[in-house]
Amino acid sequence: MNTNYIGKGTSRVDGREKVTGQAKYAAEFTAEGMTHAFVVSSRIAKGKIKSIDASAALELEGVLDVFTHKNRPKLAWYDKSYQDEDSPPGSPFRPLYDSEIQFSMQPIALVVAETFELARYGASLVQVEYEEESHTTNLKANREKAYNPKKYKSGEPPKSRGNMEEAFAGAAAKVDQEYFHTSEHHNPMEMHASTVVWEDDGTMTIYDKTQSVKNSQNYIKKIFDLSTKDARVISPFVGGAFGSGLRPQYQLFLAVMAALALERSVKLVLTRQQMFSFGHRPATIQHLQLGASKDGNLLAAKHEAFAETSRFEDYAENVVVWQNTLYKCDNVAFDYKLVGLDVYTPLDMRAPGGVTGMYALESAMDELAVAAGIDPVELRLKNYTEKDQNEDAPFTSKELKECYRQAAEKFGWEKRNPEPRSMRDGHKLVGWGMASAAWEATQQEASAKAQLTADGKLIVSSATADIGTGTYTVMTQLAAETLGLPLEDVTFKLGDSTLPYAPLEGGSWTVSSVGSAVKKVCDAIGERLLKFSRKLPGSPFALAGLEEVKFENGMMKLKSDPSKGFYIKDIMQQRELDVIEEEVTSKPASEQKNYAPYAHAAVFVEVKVDEDFGTITVSRVVSGVAAGRVINTKTSRSQILGGIVWGIGMALEEESFMDNTFGRFMNHNLAEYHVPVNADVHDIEVIFVEEHDEIVNPIGAKGLGEIGIVGVAAAIANAVYHATGKRVRDLPITLDKVM
Amino acid sequence: MKDKPQTESVETAARPLAPKSSIILKINDTEHKLEVAPWTSVLDLLREYLHMTGTKKGCDHGQCGACTVLVDGTRVNSCLTLAVMKDGSEITTIEGLAKDGELHPMQQAFIDNDAFQCGYCTPGQICSAVGLLQEGKAKSIDDIRDLMSGNICRCGAYNNILAAIQQVKGGVQNA
Repeated sequence: MNTNYIGKGTSRVDGREKVTGQAKYAAEFTAEGMTHAFVVSSRIAKGKIKSIDASAALELEGVLDVFTHKNRPKLAWYDKSYQDEDSPPGSPFRPLYDSEIQFSMQPIALVVAETFELARYGASLVQVEYEEESHTTNLKANREKAYNPKKYKSGEPPKSRGNMEEAFAGAAAKVDQEYFHTSEHHNPMEMHASTVVWEDDGTMTIYDKTQSVKNSQNYIKKIFDLSTKDARVISPFVGGAFGSGLRPQYQLFLAVMAALALERSVKLVLTRQQMFSFGHRPATIQHLQLGASKDGNLLAAKHEAFAETSRFEDYAENVVVWQNTLYKCDNVAFDYKLVGLDVYTPLDMRAPGGVTGMYALESAMDELAVAAGIDPVELRLKNYTEKDQNEDAPFTSKELKECYRQAAEKFGWEKRNPEPRSMRDGHKLVGWGMASAAWEATQQEASAKAQLTADGKLIVSSATADIGTGTYTVMTQLAAETLGLPLEDVTFKLGDSTLPYAPLEGGSWTVSSVGSAVKKVCDAIGERLLKFSRKLPGSPFALAGLEEVKFENGMMKLKSDPSKGFYIKDIMQQRELDVIEEEVTSKPASEQKNYAPYAHAAVFVEVKVDEDFGTITVSRVVSGVAAGRVINTKTSRSQILGGIVWGIGMALEEESFMDNTFGRFMNHNLAEYHVPVNADVHDIEVIFVEEHDEIVNPIGAKGLGEIGIVGVAAAIANAVYHATGKRVRDLPITLDKVM
Repeated sequence: MKDKPQTESVETAARPLAPKSSIILKINDTEHKLEVAPWTSVLDLLREYLHMTGTKKGCDHGQCGACTVLVDGTRVNSCLTLAVMKDGSEITTIEGLAKDGELHPMQQAFIDNDAFQCGYCTPGQICSAVGLLQEGKAKSIDDIRDLMSGNICRCGAYNNILAAIQQVKGGVQNA
């Protein structure tokens, strides 16, 4: 037996459940007397509901009720009751609150029936009369109405330094360009769903698709005035989310409302079309000015952004902070403005702000390299910063130089002819492009509980989520390694609001936050074991402190003499212990405040562009990632692969197409909203660069859920320029823009 | 299959809007005698009436492949297949691939190659991959990629899905 698991390619502990169809997602739980609900969505984007006639639906036998703003139960009144852990400043949307329509496809009625098909049919019979008002959904046309919000969701834009205008005027090489990307939707494969089981005692067990069961629970507690015991939220498996589950979505509200009113179990699954009726990555216009000396030293940098938000909340991202994180420059200016539109509030979507800002910055850096006649990698190395200029703080660790070196070498970058259209593969133009990437690696407060039983089995738990990220697996590895137990003797539980607090499963902070709590609670169990073992006959631990013992292969041993020790099971049995339990809270160390925590990457891309048709294939990607300690080589590689596939989607395919006449995203289905399919993805190589980090958190690992996507769209756009000589500054780069 | 089929009622309190039909489906080697409404898809029949939730709904429009099952050995989108159309058919779902607790080689290959993350598209991917190999059309890596492109994986596990299929198929060369 070898109980060293960190850094190994352990297969997912929940793999068997997932490949046999036994893993249960939110809509897959049921109960006696389950009813089914279906949402009626607004046809218009702005105005009022003049009347709703649900009589035809109600006449159907088996339709139980139709809820609208007219007959909804009493609801909370204050905005704060509707706010959740991921709310931007403003007044959150309230389903069925009144007759006002704030965005297209707003839920305006809920039909509840005995079967799914009946609810769906009933919904089609609900007649709605609207009083339409003119709406505004076009970001580009309304740019002059941009404003600086009173409060920014994730911090104000960084302060300007030096004199950007003067330095830019005097620069030898310059870029002054605008970049744009459209709105995108998360589209996890599992549609948002909530199953509310009405228990005999009048409490509810709620299976919700969410990235935080605690967030979902608190939300409905506040709105419906419930106690913690009234509503337990469970979410053992989440069929992808990518940010869509960071806020409680309206299916949770509606299902709970109906269950409370009918005192019945209710299941509500949104349709794929309705998945386009809440949060999205906001369309953003970015203006970049970069000025450098003849030899490529950055003298001036300006980054300003204009992003869409709703009329009711000021959603903002960290779009303009990345210049300060990546490149040394003394004369900088930043601004980030919002444009209010008649749409739903945008929502954090995989590396929010990072993919947006880095797309423009890294495209502009490529243009600057061309303008200065310098290799793109060399330009980045020349302006490399050892300090994050946002906080004027050193990095907890930064092996980005190694990322450039190792990924460039693997890719064969030195063979690149810098001249556009200089490389060919038959009828196809070949282009090579690259980009840098950075993403936050913060630690949040988190709690965890552990129970070690007499049979040597360990259960560790925390109310976090596994949205495909591998949480079950890496937490099991961390716990097993800390207490030296076989993997199969360790169970990690998550996704249950009765478990100790965990932050939202997002922000690439789950391993650092929950992982630190898991390690700490296992250390606490270890300390208890040590205390219990001191008094055992012949104990070698009589005088030993925790730092003098180690746990491996099911045993507690003296570090100085590993031949001396006890089996953990024997300690439990000899001391007649049934169970040892500990619960801890782990908080970031105060020392972290003096440092800037970031993961970094360098991504190199080859594209092949058909000269006649303009079709683009991403034929090769090499990504070098520096993200601290890698806990699981198998699942971490998968995280980066997935991020890169998302980058391909962002660069070439994904576009939520707003029809401004109707104020609606018109391609609201998976046939017309294109995401990469198997045939779109080719060779991808992931390199993890060795990086030691003692400061970032007790685990030394930075999250990997987001760093993989950052920079990819820029690298692809830069490669398309190198292949074709055409600079497309408008994502996605569809063939019409290249031809 | 060996047991005499029992009529399973999918009757509800609702007045049927159209008469139900009697059909027999053999699902994962078990015969089911069913009374189904004309509009009930194989997908909804499996998930909502028989509570076999291994088969997933990702779009309900035949656009994502999450609902892929094998009908008489051929992969189909169960969301676009009305149950009444398949009277007398044999259906294999993800729940029917493992035999006596032993995983199908494709299931094992998906675990070995980490060919999934969230796991939601996985039953459809695996059924599709099993169907693909039975079809015998995939001669190259590019063929596999093309012929697996009806199954979207939003987590982006495509390279690992390809590796899993290659592990089972063996000996495919890049085109």
